[in-house]
Amino acid sequence: MDIVLQQLVNGLTLGSVYGLIAIGYTMVYGIIGMINFAHGDVYMVSSYLTAIAIALLTFFGFESFPIIIFGTLIFTIIVTGAYGWVIERVAYRPLRNSSRLSILISAIGMSLILQNYVQISQGARQQGIPTLLSGAIRFEVGDGFVQITYMKLFILFAAFLGMGILTYIIQKTKLGRMCRATQQDRKMASILGINTDRIISSVFVIGAAMAALAGVLVTLDYGAFDFYVGFIIGIKAFTAAVLGGIGSLPGAMLGGLILGLSEALFAGLISSDYKDVFSFSLLVVILIFRPSGLLGKPEVEKV
Amino acid sequence: MNQQTGVNFGASIKDAVIAGLLALIVFGPIVGVLLDGYDFSARPGDLATIVAVVMFGRFVISIFVQSDVGRKFLYRHAMKEDGVTVTAPDYKSKMYYILPIVIVIGLLVPFVATKYILTVVILGLIYVLLGLGLNIVVGLAGLLDLGFVGFYAIGAYGLALGYEYLGLGFWSMLPIAAVMAAIAGAILGFPVLRMHGDYLAIVTLGFGEIIRLVLTNWTEFTHGPNGVSAPLPTLFGLEFQRRSREGTPFHEFFGLPFDSAYKYMFVYLILFVVVLAVLYVKHRLTRMPIGRAWEALREDEIACRSLGLNHVLVKLSAFMLGASTGGIAGVFFATYQGFVNPSSFTFFESALILAIVVLGGMGSTLGVVIAAFVLTVMPEMLREFADYRVLMFGILMVVMMIWKPRGLVRVTRKGFATRKGAVK
Repeated sequence: MDIVLQQLVNGLTLGSVYGLIAIGYTMVYGIIGMINFAHGDVYMVSSYLTAIAIALLTFFGFESFPIIIFGTLIFTIIVTGAYGWVIERVAYRPLRNSSRLSILISAIGMSLILQNYVQISQGARQQGIPTLLSGAIRFEVGDGFVQITYMKLFILFAAFLGMGILTYIIQKTKLGRMCRATQQDRKMASILGINTDRIISSVFVIGAAMAALAGVLVTLDYGAFDFYVGFIIGIKAFTAAVLGGIGSLPGAMLGGLILGLSEALFAGLISSDYKDVFSFSLLVVILIFRPSGLLGKPEVEKV
Repeated sequence: MNQQTGVNFGASIKDAVIAGLLALIVFGPIVGVLLDGYDFSARPGDLATIVAVVMFGRFVISIFVQSDVGRKFLYRHAMKEDGVTVTAPDYKSKMYYILPIVIVIGLLVPFVATKYILTVVILGLIYVLLGLGLNIVVGLAGLLDLGFVGFYAIGAYGLALGYEYLGLGFWSMLPIAAVMAAIAGAILGFPVLRMHGDYLAIVTLGFGEIIRLVLTNWTEFTHGPNGVSAPLPTLFGLEFQRRSREGTPFHEFFGLPFDSAYKYMFVYLILFVVVLAVLYVKHRLTRMPIGRAWEALREDEIACRSLGLNHVLVKLSAFMLGASTGGIAGVFFATYQGFVNPSSFTFFESALILAIVVLGGMGSTLGVVIAAFVLTVMPEMLREFADYRVLMFGILMVVMMIWKPRGLVRVTRKGFATRKGAVK
């Protein structure tokens, strides 16, 4: 019983992180219909940026936890957002009217570029950051106990805050309205005076910023990372996006939570060696039986 | 149309400065700060170089685009017509003369080359096989398969495990592995081929990763990351080891001194023949109704279905043929290495095969052969740039997609003319 509860707690934090990354996939897919294969590597870049920001802030003598956290968050989100913009401008915009295959191959190329670029500039070995926030709340459950670290609480709080802010932006602001219009009909939106190229760029920036938030949170909690972390977590976040219905924003968050919870339960109860196999199999099964996901609209291919 | 001529240097400088600022933000932290434990060291020199290169590059491009030459270039680029080149009906392909020469040279290679060159060429040929297999799937049928390495792994592990558990040798495993890979292709393909392109890519990617993870984690059966050894091919039962397990080894039978190069020569010769056979089969297939159906389906699926093509069967046949070619390549890889472990079958391998197909020209056989050699032999020759190999592949993929999405070698197709006397 205590194992199940503990895994539920772990799964909830894991799932909220998947949800944050899945937002980037789902928004980009919704607006230009491409799988941004390099998104997982944008996340990877943000974990390096987190460590660099923490190292820089400590070097300049900032010691208190809130300052370091907020400094790191702002720095990482801005720089990762710039990555999102540059990637879209360099690798995707010239291919706006090409076939989907070309754009996807270009995205795979971008993913390889990011991985190798970080590997060359920072070295192939694993990197780490010091623990900034320690301590935990414990609940006695039966014979054992369930432990919720303060870091996990912080992750949940920050992830849901991030999702809330994003929902506000998309639902209530002018930018969000233009995003939704472009998503519904790009040609019509541009006829009505929306600069769709700029909207697509800003969607990439928003996606990268959400990945950056996830990168900061995971790095703070887990502590270690290398240049290859983006690949697996990228596929899993994509699974989450598909599970929730690709193109649907609440779907991405819901899919992330469901995937995180089920993966944690599988790892805790059945086998932690095969938890990645479980997630990938889940992806395959969803795509076969319900490609439109939980909250997505079925796609009708038009001539 | 903006007919203004002359170059606006002010705008170019502005572009360059903006690009430089962006480069500073993007490259600044990652290149300029080197993490070292919890500490760091600054590298302003490298950063300054990169920013300078970006600014200069942006400036040059900006000037070029504004010049007359650049405008013409852009115009041509925008107007370029993608698709196949149709040759004149009476065009005679030079291949009829080139091909026999290439075959003769290919058969002579093992007797003149050193052992090192031979191993590199064998690797090149294995990638030719892989490229040809994926070319059927991606190039002809237009199905993006990112898990192609899974079939390669099935072939390689088929040989290694078949030898370990069932005592099957190279010659029996070669057809069995092809069939096994094809069946795996069918099992994967049947449910997923109804979905559209991008989803297919991700599902196949997941499939490739699942195979790799199972090979890594199922230690009782596959020995996990430690790998399994694989047997060498035999010549009518003659083995190529120094001491044979049964019967006389090859060199004693022919009274030759032992040389470890013999086995590579033998592997090379079989591989060369297999590659020629696959090339021939593929050449014929593309001219048969099934090959035409693949290409038609790639261009417009809905039109094909309206005309009564069974899209699932057509796609499935492409998928299975591609997979079986991958399986054969896997058998050769295992026997050439003498050993397989899961780290040879990562996603990077799939991306490399994809890069071969993309660079060679989607659907072009000649292009794939050339690209496979270029991408596998070049890294061997440029050892000191080994770190930058993946970066180069990535840049190549992006640039090729923007510049020449159909690859370097255009697909040509024989043209037809109406016969004299035919009713027009």
